[in-house]
Amino acid sequence: MEDIKNINTLEELRKEYEDTEAEIADSDNIWDKVKNMIKSNKLAAVSLVVILLFCFCAIFAPFVAPHDPTLQNYDNVRAKPSSEYLLGTDELGRDVLSRIIYGSRISLVIGLVPTTISMVLGTILGLIAGFLGKKADFVIMRLADIMLAFPSLLLAMVVMYTLGATLVNIFIALSVVSWAGTARIVRSQTLSLKEKEFVEAARSIGVKDYVIMIRHILPNCLPSLIVLFTMEIPGSILSESSLSFLGIGAQPPASSWGLMVVNGKQWLFSEPWVAISPGVAILILVLAFNFLGDGLRDAIDPYMKE
Amino acid sequence: MSMIKYIIKRILIAIPVLIGVMLIIFLMLNVVPGDPITLMMKEHIKPELIERMRIQMGLDDPVMVRFINYMKGAVWGNFGVSYKLNRNVTDLIVNAFPHTVRLSIFAALIAWIIGIPSGIISAVKQNSFIDRFFMSFSLLGVSMPVFWAALMMQYIFAYKLRLLPVSGYETWRHLLMPAIVLGWGSAGTIARLTRSSLLEIMKNDFVRTARAKGLKERTVVVGHALKNALLPVVTMMAIQVASLLSGAVITESVFGIPGIGRLAVNAIQTRDMPLLQGTVVFTTILIIGGNLIADLLYSVIDPRIRVE
Repeated sequence: MEDIKNINTLEELRKEYEDTEAEIADSDNIWDKVKNMIKSNKLAAVSLVVILLFCFCAIFAPFVAPHDPTLQNYDNVRAKPSSEYLLGTDELGRDVLSRIIYGSRISLVIGLVPTTISMVLGTILGLIAGFLGKKADFVIMRLADIMLAFPSLLLAMVVMYTLGATLVNIFIALSVVSWAGTARIVRSQTLSLKEKEFVEAARSIGVKDYVIMIRHILPNCLPSLIVLFTMEIPGSILSESSLSFLGIGAQPPASSWGLMVVNGKQWLFSEPWVAISPGVAILILVLAFNFLGDGLRDAIDPYMKE
Repeated sequence: MSMIKYIIKRILIAIPVLIGVMLIIFLMLNVVPGDPITLMMKEHIKPELIERMRIQMGLDDPVMVRFINYMKGAVWGNFGVSYKLNRNVTDLIVNAFPHTVRLSIFAALIAWIIGIPSGIISAVKQNSFIDRFFMSFSLLGVSMPVFWAALMMQYIFAYKLRLLPVSGYETWRHLLMPAIVLGWGSAGTIARLTRSSLLEIMKNDFVRTARAKGLKERTVVVGHALKNALLPVVTMMAIQVASLLSGAVITESVFGIPGIGRLAVNAIQTRDMPLLQGTVVFTTILIIGGNLIADLLYSVIDPRIRVE
């Protein structure tokens, strides 16, 4: 605010505005911070490698998987892990390892898509609530209060019950459940950012509201959003596996890791590998995202540091 | 006086949230395609009878009328009649509730007994091996699918070591595994919160003064810092009790405990709408109540909150 008072001519004001544009370009250095984090935080670096490895397996599944994941072999049902079938075979004689590799496609998609949708939705609503205030703020935040009051798994269960168990509906259920948290965080940051000088400057030369939101406020929320994104993914993956367990998640013949554990449950005591290994896959991927999220928070996010 | 005002204000804020929650559940569950009466009666049923039952059950009324009727019933504890079991939803919930409460309390105790001490030790020995161990262990708890963790425990403790029964709910030995599975995540959350809160407090001047007086480190931590550090933890504990109640859905199904969670799962599997609605509404009310109590508790132990 102090700076603004020293600006007398429109020319000076314009200059101030252009300076802030340059400042925003500067804020790209979060990538430098991420690079530093990878160098200094081993756990986060390993986690990133693990995640990339999973992504690689998912994309190139046909080349990585040793067997056809759908090939049934009734002579070799629930076989022990061997050199031919590294993680054994399931109840239809299908190779568990290959199914896990193909299953990573669904699990990653379920981690990424609903999280992206809910983040975009939450960001837009949070920006509007924080920047416009008044009625918009009241309506959006009360709606967020209501969504946050729900136990998320139960809400997802109700959505799946209503819409039916398909992949698209899983996306909807998980997005509906988690946008409110993002909206709250973006709103509170918008509230503090809109008092800053550069927003004041942009406003006084008549930059439109939505331009201010997108060009000035949003880039400053980005570090928090990146951290939040990383930390929300595990929740989606775990929720999907819970929904699968209840029979309202992914449906056969598509196979998520959660569904594989559920299928293996019946032979838990006689052939435990059918249920153990897909669970381990979930555990590793979720842990990797959690560690990476922790690392990113410490490295780039000034707001969420404990 | 300000205390009473604050309590009233908090309760008044909770009521619209509660109504909103019930409206959303109601709308979602009442737009489901498929006729409940055909679901109840199978195929051999006369059309006249269906018509009579629709009117009797008020299914032809506009949605808002039905919602208001539902709310009227809910205020008096009437959540309708289960389609499949043909019993009062309220009765079913009342019968199931003690099982869920017992499991949740057991799980909460485990979460506190493990979470708070390990959080304190982690903070005191910050960045040591034991700190890293506890923090990784707590992250492990929130990184596993709950039902998978439950299956692994059944495999190890019930099948391999034969220490505990696989499932059931009669004795504390039956409840031990479900409570650990359910409480593990909460223990992790509480440990992390205790740790960060204690570390924050330890930076304060009064802690430095206590040290400067020559007090033993143990006295400084336990006598001075801990009291203040546990404020947010107490709030978290109240919130967690509520979230345990809803987290019990999966745990109860795996271990065969006939609580609210299993009721909800059964309702989904048999497409029993009133039962599902009743269990979800009931659980959500508990959670909103839990959060309200947490808020009030916090304002009692930390009066600064009320000033705002």
